[in-house]
Amino acid sequence: MTSGHDYVDLRQGQYYDSVTLMQASRTVASTPGVRAALIAMATPLNVELAQDMGFVVPPAVPAELLIAVRAEDETGIEAAIAALTAALTIRSASRGAGGDVELRPATTGAALADSEATLALISVPGPYAATEAFDAIAAGRSVMIFSDGVTVEDEVALKRAGGRAGVLVMGPDCGTAIVGGIALGFANVVRRGPVGIVAASGTGAQQVSSLLETAGVGVSHLLGLGGRDLSAPVGGLAAELALTALDADPGTDLIILVSKPPDPKVAQRVQDLTSRFSTPVQFALLGPGQPDLTQAAESGLRAIGADVPLWPVIGRAQPARQPTRLHGYFAGGTLAAETLMLIQELAPISTNLGPEALPAARALAGGSHVVVDFGDDELTSGRAHPMIDPTMRLDQIARVSAAENGNLVLLLDVVLGYGAEPDPAQALVPALQSAVTRFAERDNHVDVVVSLCGTEADPQGWTGQAEALAAAGALVFASNAQAARHALALARGTTSSAGAS
Amino acid sequence: MNPPLAALLGQPLSVVTAGVDLFPEALRAQGAAVETVEWRPPAFGDPDDISALAADPRRAAANRAATERILAAGAELINVRPAADALGLPSDLFLHAGPPIEFAAASGPLRGALIGAALFEGFAVDPDEAVALLESGRIRLEPCHHHRAVGPMAGVTTASMWVSELQDPVNGGRAYCSLNEGLGKVLRYGAYSPEVIDRLRWMSQVLGPVLARALDRSGPIDIKSILAQMLQMGDEGHNRNRAGSLMFLRDLAPAIAESGASSAQVVEVLRFIGGNEHFFLNYGMPAAKVAMDAARDIPGSSVVVAMARNGTEFGIQVSGTGDAWFTGPALTPDGLFLGGYGPDDANPDIGDSAIMETLGVGGFSMAAAPAIVRFVGGSVPDALATTRRMYGITVAENPAYAIPVLEFRGAPTGIDVLNVARTGILPQINTGMAGREAGVGQVGAGLVKPPQECFEKALSALAAQAIRQ
Repeated sequence: MTSGHDYVDLRQGQYYDSVTLMQASRTVASTPGVRAALIAMATPLNVELAQDMGFVVPPAVPAELLIAVRAEDETGIEAAIAALTAALTIRSASRGAGGDVELRPATTGAALADSEATLALISVPGPYAATEAFDAIAAGRSVMIFSDGVTVEDEVALKRAGGRAGVLVMGPDCGTAIVGGIALGFANVVRRGPVGIVAASGTGAQQVSSLLETAGVGVSHLLGLGGRDLSAPVGGLAAELALTALDADPGTDLIILVSKPPDPKVAQRVQDLTSRFSTPVQFALLGPGQPDLTQAAESGLRAIGADVPLWPVIGRAQPARQPTRLHGYFAGGTLAAETLMLIQELAPISTNLGPEALPAARALAGGSHVVVDFGDDELTSGRAHPMIDPTMRLDQIARVSAAENGNLVLLLDVVLGYGAEPDPAQALVPALQSAVTRFAERDNHVDVVVSLCGTEADPQGWTGQAEALAAAGALVFASNAQAARHALALARGTTSSAGAS
Repeated sequence: MNPPLAALLGQPLSVVTAGVDLFPEALRAQGAAVETVEWRPPAFGDPDDISALAADPRRAAANRAATERILAAGAELINVRPAADALGLPSDLFLHAGPPIEFAAASGPLRGALIGAALFEGFAVDPDEAVALLESGRIRLEPCHHHRAVGPMAGVTTASMWVSELQDPVNGGRAYCSLNEGLGKVLRYGAYSPEVIDRLRWMSQVLGPVLARALDRSGPIDIKSILAQMLQMGDEGHNRNRAGSLMFLRDLAPAIAESGASSAQVVEVLRFIGGNEHFFLNYGMPAAKVAMDAARDIPGSSVVVAMARNGTEFGIQVSGTGDAWFTGPALTPDGLFLGGYGPDDANPDIGDSAIMETLGVGGFSMAAAPAIVRFVGGSVPDALATTRRMYGITVAENPAYAIPVLEFRGAPTGIDVLNVARTGILPQINTGMAGREAGVGQVGAGLVKPPQECFEKALSALAAQAIRQ
């Protein structure tokens, strides 16, 4: 439906990154009189999005800025354009202050040529990320590729080239790293310490590093690899280099390798390599018979002679009731995968993860037990990750609260730290309160369980977030595995020891 | 641990970021050193071609090898003799500027120069007869570039014309170029009136032989050294050759006086050279040509080794793709006009002189020549910005050609096709403008760029032969 006034414009010579444009889209869409807005670079994907929204888009190239606005009337269009101009001008002004914009380096290679930087951080759109990363390798610098959408062939080529140049290629799709105490991408604020983490999993690494910090133990370096590194095609190319570097690092006394389920042969090869190390290595390779992330962190603590604390839990005890359905909505892929593994006895579980993965929409629609990763590429294509923008998950909570379908155990993760929303509880609390009310109106019940991954030192602060969520009725766990086990117990109608006052 | 990883894990973190803004902001908030890339999506080219080229494991080393040869190349003037001897040029083969072209497709200035050359060689008694001859196909046309030669503007070079011969003592190459005729009504701008033909005869009968004898006495002249010095003296080596021409005259004048020519001829020659501010261009161009030829045929290299225009098409050649030309329609320069001429009188871009920019001087070194920026319709800040921009598409800096105002930074050298596609920055060329009509001559000077199409085609050709690791 295209009722209302449509305005479509293609502007040349203007480029903004996707995060800036998504914020601008949101600003414009929320302008009074505006019904819909898409402000994006005119990539084929974004043009298709605009067409799906009913806009008629003339032939465009990705270097053009696509502005598509639907408003009640001409006044609405004018207001939208004014809002857009304001949103983009603030940004230009803040950038222009840095000096002569025109002559800033236009490629990673040009920037590195005049720089002593030891790392390049690439977050350009996927099809262009490998090109920038090759610049870094050619310049003899390590590179972290945050971008996703890089082909596995390019990943292998990058990692082989990195191996020859003796530089680390972290990623593609590497969201988390801590190098020399500095957090890159999504990472928690942890002290420096003796434990090195190598991770083919972003939220897995965040969980382990946060638990260590909670136990008072710090991290030397957290080197992300990208989720595919220990798969058969990539073969652990970056893992081997990162592990070897940490083995030689004088500041690292223990290494923990965290990975999404690896290829068995690759896992074996990595274990053979590390058996020759002088530094002990703990493995947290998610899979049947493997320790979960909390157990891996606990083994690590014991290995360096530190005490294993009781992991914090905040909220009112949730007593056992009738067996009920369990819905887990996750922002962190590895936290979702760990949960799925730990609640297997509820099978069948409708999920967009693992060997029986369904498309996300179908996974959400079907089955009594559901585990969905909202960070799935299918759901994040053309929009921000749920760790930045909670809208999709909030919408789903509203949908499941509105449906008359009996009691529910609602399991959510909330990830704190750099890169994440500044105050996730603020958006989640009203959604949870509303859910509790809606279920109560039908004489049903919802038990909300939250896995809150983060540290006290994070910008959001673990305890403050936990207390706000607990006040809305949630039982909040620092350990994702404990949250999953508690939710499982609730779903089975058995008692769980978890819960404080 | 190897040095890059030891630095990564052992030194305070310092990061270059390309992409979303929130990362550099978060890094700065933690006190890390951050530099940001002003990244934009590639201006043109298939993203798959761009990443294939970026992934080609040969490219970095191949481009390094190419630019090492360019930087190492010397250029000595060792001889002046007829093209028939120097190039083995048969009388029915006329050389011209730019990529290959047929007479029927030639624009006014090239057409005029070919007519003039036919008159000069005595193949026709009047322009009509010359046109008929050229249309008959009995005269073959080939690019100067196919014969290790370069020619300014129309670049027409024939068997009886005298050419200078330059040698690169480092890489061993040779390159050739005609002698400069001066300004005004001249063959290279397409003029073919009797005064033009008469001057060409005098150049073959007097100028060439006197220069040859003078050179015998003086020994080789180091052209690279003059080119290096003139950049310190306000020349950029393409549109301004004033200091270079005077230095050349200073170096050769005593030997000209001692050449055994009559004093009348010595005066004619000295007056001719001294009165021609562009005399040195025809030595600078083969000096650039011999350096760029040294960088040819390196598999995997994406460095441009020739940019040339025939008045109809602009063509480039790339080290890794052999003799292939990648062409597009030549654009019309933008600049200032002589006398009553205006934009409608200007011919599209013409000449092999863009070999100067291919080397990294000319438009690439505009910052060295503030004296001419207004002549080509620019300003001094424009000139500085232009040179700085060219560093973004080149892979080396040539310390021999140092630019004083940039703290003697070396000229931006070695245009990388991949960088041009990624940044959308096209090479900046300083050039003269020929009149559209045959016989008019020069109408102005200005700035011009290659059509993007040349680089699009070169990019896909390089990508098609890229290898994966």
